[in-house]
Amino acid sequence: MTAVLHLDAVTRVHGEGETAVQALRSVSFAAHAGELVAIMGPSGSGKSTLLTLAGGLDSPTSGTVSVEGTDLASLGANGRARMRRTSIGYVFQDFNLIPALTAAENVALPGELDGQSSRTARKLARAVLEEVGIAELADRFPDNMSGGQQQRVAIARAVVGERRLILADEPTGALDTETGEEILRLLRARCDAGAAGVLVTHEARHAAWADRVVFLRDGVVVDETGADRVEALVDAGATR
Amino acid sequence: MSVRQALLALLEQGPMYGYQLRAEFERRTGATWPLNVGQVYTTLTRLERDGLVAESGDDGEGHVIYRVTDAGREVVATWFTTPVERTQPPRDELAIKLALAVTVPGVDVGGVIQQQRSATIAALQDYTRLKRARTPDAHDPHEMAWSLVLDSLVFAAEAEVRWLDHCEARLRRAQVERDSSAVPQGAAAEELQTNREVRR
Repeated sequence: MTAVLHLDAVTRVHGEGETAVQALRSVSFAAHAGELVAIMGPSGSGKSTLLTLAGGLDSPTSGTVSVEGTDLASLGANGRARMRRTSIGYVFQDFNLIPALTAAENVALPGELDGQSSRTARKLARAVLEEVGIAELADRFPDNMSGGQQQRVAIARAVVGERRLILADEPTGALDTETGEEILRLLRARCDAGAAGVLVTHEARHAAWADRVVFLRDGVVVDETGADRVEALVDAGATR
Repeated sequence: MSVRQALLALLEQGPMYGYQLRAEFERRTGATWPLNVGQVYTTLTRLERDGLVAESGDDGEGHVIYRVTDAGREVVATWFTTPVERTQPPRDELAIKLALAVTVPGVDVGGVIQQQRSATIAALQDYTRLKRARTPDAHDPHEMAWSLVLDSLVFAAEAEVRWLDHCEARLRRAQVERDSSAVPQGAAAEELQTNREVRR
């Protein structure tokens, strides 16, 4: 199976000299197509750093981060920005939708920024909104939607244009338990459909939706559950 | 265990024989707590002795059918309107293990915690897989009953992981405080050494 995301001996140091903080220490990690991986750890364990590195929003001090076989460092700032518009989807805890744009416009934005005609981009956006079950909200503004609906729009924006890597940073943090579960069901479905997903969470109940759970402590991977990824997927279809 | 009350509540819906009761119980709780038929009949015998159920003929194939009595109905009503007692917590092996791990010298407490966290999350992944494999049907109350039982297991496992996270954070903080206040001389240095071993 191909690794969509690959981190090889990644170290990230913030600051210099006496006050330097090692946020990540030689972490190696991969997320494959069709797989959802959860990263758990307390505050300060490095889980958000890992996600920002994976998304090309930050660069490692040493080691390499590759997305679909391309080393992000080799791309330069413009190339990484393009990667974020076309290959990497990011889902945040607080949704980060643009309030002045409708749901469809928010979802169409990355495509339009990447040079798609506004007609094509909106058409694609509507199709994805339908896939995540909120076609009827396409013309609504974020302020007129519930938290769960806004997060669905954010997920649509993260997957539009067949992006194969979805990075989610505490995507259910602001939602009640049942709505949070619907969001995980949706993320899970996108991964079952072939995307690679990385979910950062401190809630075990949410991490349990993943095929693998990776534990970070002080910037180091200390443990991992469910390494039998392939069997786990087969079981999921077979049980009950 | 609440098998007694659960069987009475099932009988309140209509007379049944032992195998039927067992099947109904498992249908609603997803075979999470398997009952054997012997257990069902022993319970029925006791309920009959206490006047809460009565025999009501057989089904023609030799299965004795039981029905609930008025006294039995009252017990069911009381069960549903009384909270489950939480004053006597069941013995919790994990809590006992951790209490001993932090007090017995040389035990790798961090290791005990992480090992348990992995195991509990693996169980949570199993429960979640069961959930994923089913599409929730809002119209089937039995399906809903089983799904809520599953949620109960999920939330209990989650609470256990949260507690483990909490223990780890407190132990680490205590360690930092001890390290910064300890004067590394003589007995103090020795104690510090033991603490380090515990942490590892």
